[in-house]
Amino acid sequence: MNVSVTGPKIIFQLPFGIHITETVVNMWIVMALLTLLSLWLTRNLKVRNPGKRQLAAEKIYLMLTGLVKGTMGKEQSFFVTYICALFGMSMFGSLMGLIGLRPPTADLSTTLGFALVSFVLTQTVKIKSGGFLGFLKSFTEPVAVITPLNIISEVASPISMAFRHFGNIASGVVISALIYGALAALSNAVLGWLPNSFLASVPWLMAGLPAVLSLYFDVFTSFLQAYIICMLTMVFATDSE
Amino acid sequence: MMERAIILAASAVGAGLAMIAGIGPGIGQGYAAGKAAEAVGRQPEAKSEITSTMLFGCAVAESTGIYGLVVAMILLFANPLIGLL
Repeated sequence: MNVSVTGPKIIFQLPFGIHITETVVNMWIVMALLTLLSLWLTRNLKVRNPGKRQLAAEKIYLMLTGLVKGTMGKEQSFFVTYICALFGMSMFGSLMGLIGLRPPTADLSTTLGFALVSFVLTQTVKIKSGGFLGFLKSFTEPVAVITPLNIISEVASPISMAFRHFGNIASGVVISALIYGALAALSNAVLGWLPNSFLASVPWLMAGLPAVLSLYFDVFTSFLQAYIICMLTMVFATDSE
Repeated sequence: MMERAIILAASAVGAGLAMIAGIGPGIGQGYAAGKAAEAVGRQPEAKSEITSTMLFGCAVAESTGIYGLVVAMILLFANPLIGLL
C-alpha cells in the first residue's frame, strides 16, 4: 500500500526563481470558471419575463446581499462585492477537490492571501470611520497597559483565519488520500484471489464510499469555510466601528 | 543515521501528541451543539438563525484544534527539524 500526501507540485518555473505551482494553476482555473459563470449568469437580463438563469442569478445575489446587510447593516452595502468575490473564490477553490484537482485553498499561501486582504480591508474601514488618531487610540482601550495585548490579538486574527481555512481543507485532502489508499489495499486483499486479472486489478471498493465522505469533507466543509471566512471578515469590519 | 532516526521517531510521537489538541474543540463543539438543540427545542421558529450562529461559533472554537493539526502536519510532511542536522 502506498499513500503519498505531498504539497502542491511545481508545474513550471519562471525566471528569477518564481515557481508556478499546482495551486497557482488551479486558482487560474477557478478564476476562469468564476468569470465565465458571471458572464453566463448576467447575459440577456430582462425586466419582464425573466428566464430561469436570471432567477438563479437574482437568488444568489439576494442571498449574499442579505447576508452582508444582515450582519453589517444597510449602509455597508459596498462590502457586497468583496464578500461575493471572497465567497466565490473560497468555495470554488475548495470544491476543486471534487473533480480530482488539488484544491488551491489547501495551500497556506492562498488562505493567508485571503486573510491578509481581509485584514487590510478591516483596518482601512477602522481608519476611515475613526480617523487615524482614533484608530491608534482604539488600541489603548480599555486601559493603556494592555496595548501590547491588543496589538497581538489584532495581528493574530488574520493568522487564525488563514490557519482555520487551510487546516480544514488540507485535512480533507489528507483524509481522502488515506481513504483511497486504504480502500485500494482492502480491495486488493479481498478481491486479489480472483483468477481474472481484470476483475482482480480494478479496485472495486473504491467506488461509492468516497463519494459519501466527500459530501462532508468537500461539499459541506467548502461551503462552511467560505461562509466562515466571509462572516469573520464582516464581523471584524463591523466591530471596528 | 541514528540522529535522523531519533528525529523522525520524535516527530512522529510529537505529531500524535499535537493531535491531543482535538479534545478541546470536541468538547466545546459538543456543548455548543447541545445548547443549540436546547434552543431549537425552546424556540423552533428560530431554527435557521440558531443553526447559522452555532456553525459560526463551532468554526471559531475549532481554531485551537486546527493549530494542533497544522503543527502535526508540519511535523509529518514538512519536517523542519531534519534540516537542522
